[in-house]
This record gives sequence, C-alpha cells and structure tokens, in this order.
Amino acid sequence: MANKRIDEPTGVETVGHEWDGIEELNNPLPRWWVWTTYLTIIFAIGYMIVYPAIPLLHSGTEGLWGWSSRGQLAAELKAANEAKGETLAAIAAAPIETIAPGSDLYNKAVAGGKAAFRQNCVQCHGAGAAGNPGYPSLKDDDWLWGGNVQEIETTIAHGIRSPDDAATRSSLMPSFGRDGILAPAQVNDVASYVLSLSGKAPNDAAAQSGAAIFTANCAVCHGNDAKGSRAFGAPNLTDAVWLYGGSHDKVVASVTNAHAGVMPAWGAKLDPVTIKMLALYVHSLGGGEDFVEAPTTPAAESGNAQP
Amino acid sequence: MHSPEPAKQPSHLYEKRKAVFPKAVDGRFRRFKWLVMALTLGVYYITPWLRWDRGPYAPNQAVLVDLAHRRFYMFSIEIWPQEFYFVAGLLIMAGIGLFLVTSAVGRAWCGYACPQTVWTDLYQHVDRLIDGDRNAQMRLEAAPWTGKKIFKRGLKWTIYLLIAFWTGGAWIMYFADAPTLTVDFWTGKAAPVAYATVGVLTATTFLLGGFMREQVCVYMCPWPRIQTAMLDEKSLIVTYKDWRGEPRGSVKKAEKNPGSVGDCVDCDQCVAVCPTGYDIRNGPDIRCITCALCIDACDKVMTQLGRPRGLIDYATLEDCASEKAGGTPRPISKALFHTRTLIYTAVWGAIGLGLLFALGSRSRIDIAVQKDRNPPFSQQSNGDIRNDYTVKLRNMEARPRPMEVTIEGLPGGVMWTDDLPRDKAARSLAVTVAADQVDPLRVYVVAPDGTAPQKFNFVLKAKDAEGGGDVSEVRFDAPGEEE
Repeated sequence: MANKRIDEPTGVETVGHEWDGIEELNNPLPRWWVWTTYLTIIFAIGYMIVYPAIPLLHSGTEGLWGWSSRGQLAAELKAANEAKGETLAAIAAAPIETIAPGSDLYNKAVAGGKAAFRQNCVQCHGAGAAGNPGYPSLKDDDWLWGGNVQEIETTIAHGIRSPDDAATRSSLMPSFGRDGILAPAQVNDVASYVLSLSGKAPNDAAAQSGAAIFTANCAVCHGNDAKGSRAFGAPNLTDAVWLYGGSHDKVVASVTNAHAGVMPAWGAKLDPVTIKMLALYVHSLGGGEDFVEAPTTPAAESGNAQP
Repeated sequence: MHSPEPAKQPSHLYEKRKAVFPKAVDGRFRRFKWLVMALTLGVYYITPWLRWDRGPYAPNQAVLVDLAHRRFYMFSIEIWPQEFYFVAGLLIMAGIGLFLVTSAVGRAWCGYACPQTVWTDLYQHVDRLIDGDRNAQMRLEAAPWTGKKIFKRGLKWTIYLLIAFWTGGAWIMYFADAPTLTVDFWTGKAAPVAYATVGVLTATTFLLGGFMREQVCVYMCPWPRIQTAMLDEKSLIVTYKDWRGEPRGSVKKAEKNPGSVGDCVDCDQCVAVCPTGYDIRNGPDIRCITCALCIDACDKVMTQLGRPRGLIDYATLEDCASEKAGGTPRPISKALFHTRTLIYTAVWGAIGLGLLFALGSRSRIDIAVQKDRNPPFSQQSNGDIRNDYTVKLRNMEARPRPMEVTIEGLPGGVMWTDDLPRDKAARSLAVTVAADQVDPLRVYVVAPDGTAPQKFNFVLKAKDAEGGGDVSEVRFDAPGEEE
C-alpha cells in the first residue's frame, strides 16, 4: 500500500492501487450503508439459527423452526387435498349419469380422471387411450360391454374376467380350432364369412359355406347378424374395429384359440370417486354413448336374458 | 500531482449523513418545478379514478392493469398478455426518451420528473411548513428534545406518513376498480397483497422521501452513473461560469478594487437552496441533479447587485469554452438540436409510429388450433378416421360475437364438438364466443376410411356487422401415405 496518496482536486486519499493510470478514491461509506450491512449479518445469523443451515457429517442442523422442504411439500399437499375435498365429496354424492357435461363438477371430474388414467390405465390402453392389440381403444364408438357412463363405471370397478371380483364382467369364447369343435377348413371358411360382412373379403364360396357354420356356432353370442352382444362382451364383427387384428390370419387365429382379455377390477384398488372420475374421463374421449334411463328394472332384465 | 508526504488523515471507514436543509427559493426554474410536480403527482393520484365506458362486458376504469383477468386497459386500448410487446415497446420508448432528454437537456429527469425528486421536494415543503425555512430547521435540529420539538417532529412525521400512505394507496388503485377497492380496503375485504403492497410502498416512500432523500441519488441509484456516460460537451448541464465568477470577492472589495474580483460574491445562496447540499461551483458532480434551483438563487442575487444574470446557468461545456474565449453565447435551440438528439428523436418517433401502426392494424379475432398427437388418429366402428383438435377462438372485443368455424379442404370431412352431437356432425359450426374471452373447443373431425393424410384449414368468420376472420392450417392424420 505504498502508493496511497492524497488526490489533489478532491483532497481524498486513494486506496493505493493503480490500473493503467486509473486510481480509486477511498471515499467513506455512508453510515446507513454500514448499518444495512450489519443488519444483513444479523439476519444471516438469525437465519442460520432458525433454518437448516450448517452441513454436518450425515445431515445438517435442523434449525429451531424445524422447516424442511419435504415438510413444506407435505403441508402443501395436505392443503391441496383439503381444497379438493369438497369437490370429491360432491362427485361422490352425485350419481354418475347426473353429472352434466360442461358443468363445473364435470370438468373437474374429467380432469381428475385424466390424472388417474395416466397413473393406472396407460400401461395397457396407451397414454392417448388409443389402445393396443388386445387392449381396446377408448377413443372410438365401439364398446364391448357398453359405452354410457354407468356401464363404463361398472367395467372399471369390477373389471373384465377379473378373478378377484364376483361381479366382474365375464364370458368365455370356446377355442373352436384348438378344442376340435371346428375343423381347420371350417375355421377358415367362417373367418372368410366374418370378413366378408364388413367387405374385407369377397363373398365367395368359402364365405358362403362359412355362413352356415357361423349360424350354428357363433351366432349364439355374436348374434345372427354378427353385430355382437354387449351382454357377453361379444364384439360386433361387421364393423371396422378389430381388437385382435382384422386380417384373415388374425381372425383364423382368434377363432382357433379364442381370446379372453382380462382387466383388473379397479374397485379393489381405487376409491369409488376415482373410478367415477375415470369413467367420466373415458366417456369424454369422443366415443362415449348417451345414458338412456332403462324404462323399468324387470323389463330391462328380461330384455337382456338372451341365451 | 504526486505529493511526496501524504498528509496524515484520520481514516474514516464510514460517514454520517450530513443533513440538508434547502432554503426556499423562487424563480423561473422553481416555478417550472412546481408545475412538473403538480402534473406528475396529479397524474399519479387522479388517473385511477378516471372512468371510460367500455360497455357492459368490460371494466369502466380508464387505466387498469387487471392482473387477475390478464387484461391491460388504457382508455380505448385493451391489451392482452400476448400483446405485451406494446408495453415492451412503450418501455423501450421511455428508455430512448430518457436518452433523448439526457443528450438534449442533461439530467432533466433527475432534476424535475424522477419520483424520488418529486416526493423529496414534497417532503421538503412539509419540512418548511412545520419547521420553518432553512435557518429555523437547522436551529430545531440542534435544539434539545423539548416538548415543542417532540410535537413538531411528531406532527411532521405524521404528515410524512400520511403522504406515504396516500402514495402507496394510490398505487394499488391501478390494479383493481378504484371505488370498489377503496371500500374493500377500509372494510378489510381487499386481497392480502393489496395491504402488503400499500405497506411496502408506504414504508419506502416514508423512508426514501422523508429521510434518505439525496442519499438515494448519490449512492443507490444507477441512473446518474448511466447518464454521466451519456453526457458530452454538447449537453446542457447546470454550470458555474468560473471564468466570470472567480476570484470570489465581496461587493466592498469590488468597489475598492474594480476588476480584482469576479462576479461571485460567495454568498453561498446556491449551496443553501440545493436539495442535495452540493456546491455547484466545484464543477459537475453526481450530486448535482440539475434541478436548477441554484440558478434561481444566483440570478436573484445578481439582479440585486445589478450584475448580469447567468453566473450559474444551463450551458453546454462547448458554449462555456467559447464564451470563456470571448465568443457570444449560442441560442438555446442550437444546443438542443444536434446530431445525437435528432437521431434519438428519429428512433423514438419511428418506434412510436410502428407501435401505433401495429395497434391500428391488429386483429381482434383469432383462431388457434392444436392437434392431438397421441394418438394421431383413431378408427371408428364404421371405418371413419377421426382426428381430435383443441380449437381456441379468441374474441378480443368487449361484446359476445357470433362466429362460424368451417372446414376448408378435407373432402368428406365433418366435425362435431362436446356440445354438438355426433349425429349432427357438419362441415361448419356456429359458436358464440363470449365477450373478451378465449373459447376453447374440443373438435372431433372424421373423414371416410381411405382418406389420405393431408392438410386442411379451419376457417373462422365473424357473423356480425363488423366481420373479420382468421384461418388456421392443420394436419389430418390417417393411415397410409401422404398425397
């Protein structure tokens, strides 16, 4: 610090450093500035005492106020859940078909269902609900077991062929080829017939011979017109949607070995409100069917009682 | 320059603020300062109370920053968040405006219009009102804490606090309907952030205007440093004409020995009136905010002595040099209009015109379409290919507008929405978009099986007298190759 000197025009001492002829004057700080610095030091000491601050070997000091980011997250989650409570209670109280599309409650339920879908359903049905071979698309207007909100809710709650749920939706297609009910040539013919219904194969001799086989073996579940039956989850065979593939080979494989897809009964894993929200979300994807009130319960039952 | 034996100075690491007690002064610059103060404070306090009729669907406050609904209203202009570039443009204009003002008339912003200056000035008038002028203020400051002093300080600080509170209170009026907010504020129903904002602004106004004053300009504010870099020898600054004033001497001395002393009689009036306590005769300094009150004070003295005014005056350093050499002072217009100010004016004006043009030609109706990408398409039971879109219709007018969305292209394509049932699917869709809103629609578009992937347009048309519309091109995905 040998170069300290008094700057002549200002009468102020320099700090003693020089950079290319530029020197710095050692003007005093304003007193309030010094105070402010001391205040920040006091604040920092207080901060270190009340908040986690000093790293130790395994963790660190916890601070007098016991604050932690995990604790804050837990508190915020709790507050968020409490804030949701009223909405969830309202959803729980309303029968699913009375939650009107476009209403505030509906929008919230669909948003909740979307979140639950991401967590529980995308593994099979895909993030966009477009399905995969064997796992139906939820975006189309083709429903195996019914596409109104109530039916969807039942499907989600009880699952399909779920071994853990007595009320699960269940049906079993025989393995016509494997079990020898039909000869390979017959399977081939019936596949040709089925594909000819939707124009995917010509109405040739094989198809015509398949028609009789269909009436004898398949129509009991899939119907005489092959349009399926939701009572058995039997798919409509005249439309463009093929769960296990619509090529001739795939249809032959399906008739030979049959399929019996399983969906878990989510009622055992998710609470009823989440299932209701999931049903509304799935229904909102663009292919949902309108809910029509059944006229009377006995009539509806007798109507479904097909062999 | 180098003094071999540095004088032993006591080393002061810090220094107590030297209180400034500026003397009242009258003159043309003081009157101009009054005018600017009345104007700026008037604009600040009154603006939120101006009304502007926008019809039943929009607030009737002339200037309103509606953060909750993300709208900014300024008289007939309404700005949405995505139009924030208008605000950015205004800020850029304000910045260049400051450059322009600085290059033309020096630190005029600091001297007249800066809030710190305006409020400090206001508080200094409160000082004079309660404590009296400079000498009385200094006496009271030095006096012991008697009952009278305690009363005067209490009264003064209460007035400080009231002004500070009024300042903070006026600020929040820009962010909500002023009459409603006033009632809510006093009945305890306003948002916590409103009370917090008033509290913070009251505290800062009280502290910065009442006590920190020139310390803000000298130590805290970056602007004087920036302005210093923008000043040059062509900029008008407040200057003491030392060649005319020095050596200083009393009137007696001048009478005894004419010609031996300059015009400055060392009366220190220029220092007494200075709101930052600076002696302008020491030359330009960061403490000088160029409020020109010293010019008023000096002119008054010079007039009394029968000497020409302008010993301290607005002048450029260039003019000073030529005057010193015996030249005649240039007219002030010459100092104002030089290349740099003209360039700044041109840039400033160009941005302003650009903003006005953009404002006049902006669209008040808009369609934005986002296509669902997962899945890109789905097949329906009858074989139709369905694509899903989120369509946002924007109505920026303050009234509901009937609109029509139509599919252009995509042969055989029809659409439905969450409101329009699937069996009524059509190629066009009538929607009424609420006033001042974005209406999001889920739109499902189906086209017959075999439709190739292609692009098509959603066309939006307003079905009212004013008309207008917008188009958005989107993709339609389908199995197979693009045409």
